[in-house]
Amino acid sequence: MKNPVGWAGAFALALLGISDLHAQGTLDAVQKKGFVQCGVNTGLAGFSQPDSKGVWKGLDVDVCRAVAAAVFGDASKVRYTPLTAQQRFTALQSGEVDVLARNTTWTITRDTSLGLNFVGVNFYDGQGFMVPRKLNVKSAKQLNGATVCVQPGTTTELNLADYFRANRMTFKPVVIEKLEEVLNAYFAGRCDVFTTDVSGLVSVRGSRAPKPEEHIILPEVISKEPLGPAVRHGDDRWFDVVKWSLFAMIEAEEMRLSSKTIDQAAASKDPAVQRFIGATGDIGKMLALDNRWALNIVKQVGNYGESFDANLKPLGFERGINALWTQGGLMYAPPIR
Amino acid sequence: MKWFRDNLFSSWPSAIATIAILWLAWKLAPPFVDWALIDAVWRSPDPRACRQPGGGGACWAFIAEKHRFILFGTYPFEQHWRPALATAILIFLWIFSSMRKFWNWWLAAVWGSGLALIATLMWGGAFGLAYVENERWGGLILTLLLASFGVAFAFPLSILLALGRRSEMPLLRTACIAYIELIRGVPLISVLFMASVMLPLFLPAGVSIDKLLRAQLALILFAAAYLAEAVRGGLQAIPRHQEETADALGLSWWGKTRLVILPQALRISIPPLVNTFIGFFKDTSLVLIIGLFDLLSTIKVSLQDPAWSGFGVEAYLFVSAVYFAFCFAMSAYSRRLERSPAHAGAPRPLVDS
Amino acid sequence: MTARARQLLVQAALAAALALAAWYFVSNTAANLEARRIASGFAFLWREAGFEIGETAGLAYSAADSYLRALAIGLANTFRIALIGIVFATALGALLGLARLSPNWLLAKLAGAYVEVIRNVPLLVQLFFWYALISENLPGPAEALNPLPGVFLSNRGIFFPLPGDSPVLSGFNFAGGATLSPEFAALLVGLVTYTAAFIGEIVRAGILSVDRGQIEAAYSLGLARRAAMRFVVLPQALRLIVPPMTSQYLNLTKNSSLAVAIGYPDLVSIANTTMNQTGQAIEGIAIIMGVYLTISLSISAFMNWYNRRVALRGMLR
Repeated sequence: MKNPVGWAGAFALALLGISDLHAQGTLDAVQKKGFVQCGVNTGLAGFSQPDSKGVWKGLDVDVCRAVAAAVFGDASKVRYTPLTAQQRFTALQSGEVDVLARNTTWTITRDTSLGLNFVGVNFYDGQGFMVPRKLNVKSAKQLNGATVCVQPGTTTELNLADYFRANRMTFKPVVIEKLEEVLNAYFAGRCDVFTTDVSGLVSVRGSRAPKPEEHIILPEVISKEPLGPAVRHGDDRWFDVVKWSLFAMIEAEEMRLSSKTIDQAAASKDPAVQRFIGATGDIGKMLALDNRWALNIVKQVGNYGESFDANLKPLGFERGINALWTQGGLMYAPPIR
Repeated sequence: MKWFRDNLFSSWPSAIATIAILWLAWKLAPPFVDWALIDAVWRSPDPRACRQPGGGGACWAFIAEKHRFILFGTYPFEQHWRPALATAILIFLWIFSSMRKFWNWWLAAVWGSGLALIATLMWGGAFGLAYVENERWGGLILTLLLASFGVAFAFPLSILLALGRRSEMPLLRTACIAYIELIRGVPLISVLFMASVMLPLFLPAGVSIDKLLRAQLALILFAAAYLAEAVRGGLQAIPRHQEETADALGLSWWGKTRLVILPQALRISIPPLVNTFIGFFKDTSLVLIIGLFDLLSTIKVSLQDPAWSGFGVEAYLFVSAVYFAFCFAMSAYSRRLERSPAHAGAPRPLVDS
Repeated sequence: MTARARQLLVQAALAAALALAAWYFVSNTAANLEARRIASGFAFLWREAGFEIGETAGLAYSAADSYLRALAIGLANTFRIALIGIVFATALGALLGLARLSPNWLLAKLAGAYVEVIRNVPLLVQLFFWYALISENLPGPAEALNPLPGVFLSNRGIFFPLPGDSPVLSGFNFAGGATLSPEFAALLVGLVTYTAAFIGEIVRAGILSVDRGQIEAAYSLGLARRAAMRFVVLPQALRLIVPPMTSQYLNLTKNSSLAVAIGYPDLVSIANTTMNQTGQAIEGIAIIMGVYLTISLSISAFMNWYNRRVALRGMLR
């Protein structure tokens, strides 16, 4: 429904049962319509958030832009659909969005029974607890009877209940949908504990706490939260395109190719670099894309490290397990050859 | 002096009430004025100006910094004049329609062309305007559009529903009653959930209606049921003999309805219609829950910017003020209508909120 | 063609169109559920919910209980807020209506301003505002205010003693006694202040509708202002007040669904979590709509009955 006629025609079209998307692959459909429709969070600092001018910024947003750069050679050919937690899977399943890049945890249930394919991980996370220092709590095991602030509808809420049950402790949840609201509740002392992914705790403590030194993050990490972009089941070509767009960003960092140095890479003698920028070989063709797809990604969006530094570093995030595998982290791209 | 004695100190309870109110005002007003005006930070691109220790004032700089996003959402920054102009046109349309001398059938034509003009401005893709997809619409204009389009489509639908409810055909009547009561019996939020989560399941694979349209559809269906009740009030107020006279003149059902019944019924039901509309306008703020960037959402998203978060009170006061300006103008107007001689004897609005 | 035949034809067409639309949506939905491997049916209600609920309205619940039980807790919470809200909103609304008609100019204007402001700002904005006010301005449990013996006021809520069971500060929070959480308080204050503004207007309109002559007649009979109000004005006003009041009570009940935005675990909030975890949106929304529809229809049935009773008594008097 991308034109005025669509407004009125949408329902008529739907009633006639005209199906225009499944007849062809997503890649063809995307190329035909000229943009990538990307499902993002309605507002999560560092991952996807419109700035004061209304321009979307963030780590997840950069994945969308990378896909557009790979497909069109133009990272700006993205349209964003802000989605709430409930809407995200339906939106992808129904074809409303082509890619879902909305800090979504990769789990087996989602991968199998929701008809999604996770293309990889763009951020490794885990759930932790933050408490005010003055409570003198050193371990999550001491939290029996505490009031816990948590956002609903995510794996966070379930992990929390599981953890307390496993350790035979009780707690009182305060469940609030909006991050802003739940943070206000925690900092106002409505809860003893705030729980979310550790990355979120770090960012919140750095940017939101009136006095950051008064809050500590407990050592226990109670879950694995690999966050990654997802596409629909059953469209392997599109799956490949999104998957390798993400890997290209990671691989570029490992090859030390950045948006600033990529233009000099043409002179490089390294055959891997030559293949990467499309000067030799036909990797682009294998993906049914332009041979300079990876070069376009790095030039217009940057490598993974650049994206991380631009979006997450200012909020106080450290690379940690999200560093490259060569630097002790988990970020690892299969070889591009 | 006499006025004071009569109106403020006429009896002991009255005097106590007066003194209590004055004492409260004395206690509460000065700190509020200090916070809102005297100690406030009005303009600063740097949020640190608001976070100085000891600065206990309001941070209006937050609104100043974010006002473009709050008003226009993610609409392309350099194209903001388009939603601004569209907002102006919409407000003009509202004011225009509020004047009694323009109440005519061709008012519908004015609205039709006005909305078409707004749609062209907002979408573009013609007359050298760059195309802007509706995912990028946001802020005040989205709130106004949801409300205006909502009523523009819901109003005709509501007339049909109200007529259907009075129909002699049992099936038609039952269907209309069932629809109206069903919608009025459930909270708007559940209708919005339905549009946002369930509607995609109703359509064949591969066909999708975008989020904004789905929400708009839900709002139209919702508003139609409430407006239908306002219209029904008007229909019931028409004396029976009017209809009988029309029948005696040999008018068909359509002729009778169009020429005799509706013009009178609609005039009578204008105040309750306006009141229903005010409620509906406020209710559009619920689209926040399904992730659309209306006025309330854009301000909440702005609050999530780590640099500027923590100014919730300022934000909510500002957004309250905007809603209040629109709703108060409409309700003042509705009261004037009720008092005007043309409506003497018209039923008081019962539908509200 | 006779009018009767035409009516039959129109109705047949309507029936056909409705049936066709229903078939179309049902078949699409079935195909979609199949394709996306989303389960259907209400079997999930008996599965373990796995999440905790903050307030249980006095009922027992743990994460090991079923979704059905979780939804029942949500429903109990909805009833709790609606019933208490209706009582307070009626009381505050009646006071407001009377205040607007008060001979005291300041009081009347103040009540008028209150009604204007409250009615012209969306309820959702007001709820956010109240929640921020309540949770940000009360002290933590360790510094709880103790206005009455045994009653503690903190940002964890209001704790008050029950016979033989007083709240005591232990560990992170108070234990024992009865509690009113800040979420509940914010929702209650928001709903009551909002609905009262509408009820106030209804009460005022009801009283104004009583013929001036009736009041004068009451005064000339020697009745005092209070007695005239009670025996002459109110019985007559009540008949006009009851029908619109019904819709306000319904509105309050439906508006309590906004609890989801500030974290009070009402039915919608629990159903929302359930839908998220099971992916069974249709069933979840059907439950929400079914429950609210039942509540709405019962309240209007009760009010109709009451309305008839009041009307009759008014007539006899």
